[in-house]
Amino acid sequence: MFRDIYVTFQGFLRNFGAMCLFLLRLVQYTPSVLVKRFSLVTYQVYNAGALSIVIIMISGLFVGGVLGLQAYSNLERFNAEDTTGIFAGFALIKEIGPVITALLFAGRAGTSLASEIGLMKATDQLSAMEMMAVDPLRYVAVPRFLGGVISMPLLTAVFTTVGLLGAHLVAVELLGVDVGAYWQQLQSALDMEDVYEGIIKSVVFGIIASLLAVWEGYNSVPTAEGVGRATTRTVVITAIAVLVFDFMITAWIL
Amino acid sequence: MQQTRTMEVGTGLFALLGIGALFFLTTQTTGNNDFDAEETFTVEARFDNVGSLKKRAPVSMSGVTIGRVTDIRFDSGSLEAVVSFVVDSQYDQIPDDSDASILTAGLLGSQYIGLTAGGSEFYLEDGSEVLFTQSAIVLENIIGKFLIGGPPQDEEE
Repeated sequence: MFRDIYVTFQGFLRNFGAMCLFLLRLVQYTPSVLVKRFSLVTYQVYNAGALSIVIIMISGLFVGGVLGLQAYSNLERFNAEDTTGIFAGFALIKEIGPVITALLFAGRAGTSLASEIGLMKATDQLSAMEMMAVDPLRYVAVPRFLGGVISMPLLTAVFTTVGLLGAHLVAVELLGVDVGAYWQQLQSALDMEDVYEGIIKSVVFGIIASLLAVWEGYNSVPTAEGVGRATTRTVVITAIAVLVFDFMITAWIL
Repeated sequence: MQQTRTMEVGTGLFALLGIGALFFLTTQTTGNNDFDAEETFTVEARFDNVGSLKKRAPVSMSGVTIGRVTDIRFDSGSLEAVVSFVVDSQYDQIPDDSDASILTAGLLGSQYIGLTAGGSEFYLEDGSEVLFTQSAIVLENIIGKFLIGGPPQDEEE
């Protein structure tokens, strides 16, 4: 039994180490891809970012709205409904914005990246590139990785902004919180550091989500079943990694 | 060709939205209560009790933030708290017999230093000390006094 645990642990270590090396190689190729193949990156920003904008905005609106509702109904008991803005703002900017955007990104863009690369591998497109002396890492993996890393902070900002407007809509327009109180309380309570915390988180989550999606696709078993499994693993592992890192970053910053 | 154009327009729109949202978050959601002056002068004040005053707390006069607390330390010689704060140099006409008190923003808000103008013809300058101070009101003390002996009328200040 201990031997099984040892073997599993060793397998995990090997996987993890290989992924770190993979990340280093992605970073190593990043400057040359950014300079020479920028159009590939642009296309991936479109693919991962621009096409995710609708789901991000709709989710943001409703998450913000429900935060406004919950905050209002609880704060009303203390006659403190004017501080709904603080509650919604802190929650959205520091935690919910980055985390939910990362989870949505994993579901919407991460899966498509993983399955696309996995299918390329299953149909021997990656091998064909290698035969033509074209490095698939440089032409397939790096642009997708960079596209995700660039998109995530922007998506998070859009999500948070729409969320704040959603909370405003519910709290101010529906429930009758004073509009001045909502924004003024929010502005006086939030510091620049809080916004930076959200941005740092979104960048880290962007790196995690894109790396995992590209890695899983790149290392999938080249069969129909393998691609499916890689897609599932992308979502599961990204969700866990994002939540763990969220805790760690919060503990580190506070 | 048509597809490239759609893609370019979409990407541009996305980038614009994202940057606009970032701009909104950094400018509209944070208050400009952060004091930021290029030239300042330092003033000290001694308090019996600073309550929960913290570094970077605002120093305000007539409700306008004119400075920020830079240091709070304890003077074991006089057994008092010494608070240093910087004031924006453009406010160089504050009478030197002004009164500094530690106030609370709102019922449960954070504490800040409020300056009340005096009548002196001499002004506060770098290194001067505010002589008239009023300590922070500690809520627990008031409640305690109220519970034990009615309203706190004989508070020694």
